[in-house]
Amino acid sequence: MGSELSNPATQRMMIGSFLLAIVFLAVWEWGPAAFGIPQFIIPPASKVWDEFLRMLTRDRLMFHTGITAMQVVVGFVLGMILGMLVGFLLGMSPTAEFVLSPYILALQIAPKVAFAPLFVIWFGYTVYPKILVAILIVFFPIMINVLGAVRAIDPDIVRLARSFNASKLQIFWKIEFPASLPPFFAGLRIAATLAVIGVVVGELVGGNQGLGYLLTFGEGAGNTPMVFVTIIMLTVIGILLYGAIVLIENRVLHWLPGRARRAS
Amino acid sequence: MKTIRLECRNVTKRFAAQRKGEAPIVAVQNLNFKIADGEVVSLIGPSGCGKSTLLNMGSGLDPASDGEVMVDGEKVIKPNEHVAFMLQKDLLLPWRTIRQNVEFGLEIRGVPASERKATALGLLKKCRLPDFADHYPHQLSGGMRQRAALARTLAVDPAVLLMDEPFSALDAQTKMVLQQDLGRTLAETGKTALFVTHDLVEAIALSDRVLVMSQRPGTIIEEIVVDIPGRDNPMERRKSPKTGPYIAQLMSLLHIGEEVH
Ligand SMILES: Nc1ncnc2c1ncn2[C@@H]1O[C@H](COP(=O)(O)OP(=O)(O)O)[C@@H](O)[C@H]1O
Ligand SMILES: [Mg+2]
Repeated sequence: MGSELSNPATQRMMIGSFLLAIVFLAVWEWGPAAFGIPQFIIPPASKVWDEFLRMLTRDRLMFHTGITAMQVVVGFVLGMILGMLVGFLLGMSPTAEFVLSPYILALQIAPKVAFAPLFVIWFGYTVYPKILVAILIVFFPIMINVLGAVRAIDPDIVRLARSFNASKLQIFWKIEFPASLPPFFAGLRIAATLAVIGVVVGELVGGNQGLGYLLTFGEGAGNTPMVFVTIIMLTVIGILLYGAIVLIENRVLHWLPGRARRAS
Repeated sequence: MKTIRLECRNVTKRFAAQRKGEAPIVAVQNLNFKIADGEVVSLIGPSGCGKSTLLNMGSGLDPASDGEVMVDGEKVIKPNEHVAFMLQKDLLLPWRTIRQNVEFGLEIRGVPASERKATALGLLKKCRLPDFADHYPHQLSGGMRQRAALARTLAVDPAVLLMDEPFSALDAQTKMVLQQDLGRTLAETGKTALFVTHDLVEAIALSDRVLVMSQRPGTIIEEIVVDIPGRDNPMERRKSPKTGPYIAQLMSLLHIGEEVH
């Protein structure tokens, strides 16, 4: 990574994206007014910043952000574990996959966020419905990717291990598990963005905590800057989660050809 | 008389028919042969005659339907430490370094790490890959990867090596280099090997004997003893004037060039 930063081409690209950020902020600040767009439609950047500072002190912005982030992370981790477990179980048992596949397909097609009102009926205005929606929405991309990876393993590799007298457990830890990691991480990247969506929808449906609640509150009060701040905070949560996954992925999958070439 | 390492006694293999009501497929029938300690024997025959099937039975992954396969005097009923196989595909695990790949079999057998490492490094040296121990498979060429696969096969110190067309995916020059390496390594280690190939010259250059199989149901129709000196030097053997007549004999046995279209 260090060598990448000292690369002149990379430096030029970084300066480029920094300049672009300044241009973007300037357009946001003065653009709408120039086109006669009222501030309650698109508030300028400075107004959103002021609202951000106000919300920090008056609306407990960090508390609500923390609640949402907690629900995202808990839902994400549980959905990930569940998706991985079921993916491996189905991958190793064709019978189970055959029996369960119609139900899995139906559930996969069903829009997961539509379950949010149902979960609120079940669990009330607590954190549980939000976490549950996140689990449900994170589960599928992970499960499908792990299942596909286990299926795609060359049977001759397993035969090679068996010819060395490998146990089922050894075949799992030395072959099936590592082979599933690249698609697993691809699933995690997709799931990271989905988890935020799941939690926000849950919060929009009901409750008085979290960024989704601030979103409905801002809307009710006709406070457009507040809605902007909340959307930005949600995006930040998504970016942090996504970034953490990419960081872990780069360490775990350092053996992948593309990465190996970039690192050397 | 040398000890017999690998023996087939009236071995037959049937596969269940794909559809109900059809007769089972007889892949190989009444195979009988013996391979003595230190012998390298090639097996050639038309495609689909059951060569891979025979090797699978030898490795203990698929049981014989009738008869018995014996390795080191024991009947093969399951995978065992006396045999190790090598295929056309290198089957190297992409997340392991070359050294870790060579250690794979030893790791499964519970050999301590330091011992594994020493064995692997020794073999990588023997297979002329000492500088690639810490590389990943994708950083190596096809020929190097197949040499690493050979090192992995040798690492478990098998009494018998079963090789299923190990060089058939390589280009002609790489192939000759690897044949040379294999010939030398087999001679140095005194290993016993059963070597399946499509390449007639390869069969003659590498082995003490060549077994020729018929169309399916495969059975051994001829045994040719290769009487050319220097089995540890396949390159020289290729150039020997004696090689030509052997190839001609194999061609006529396999009816190569007789088809009229
Ligand atoms: N698992 C199997 N089920 C049914 N038929 C098989 C199976 N494996 C091999 N066969 C059949 O047995 C015959 C021998 O196959 P194989 O040993 O792979 O041939 P070779 O390696 O000599 O080309 C082929 O005709 C093939 O169709
Ligand atoms: Mg074959």
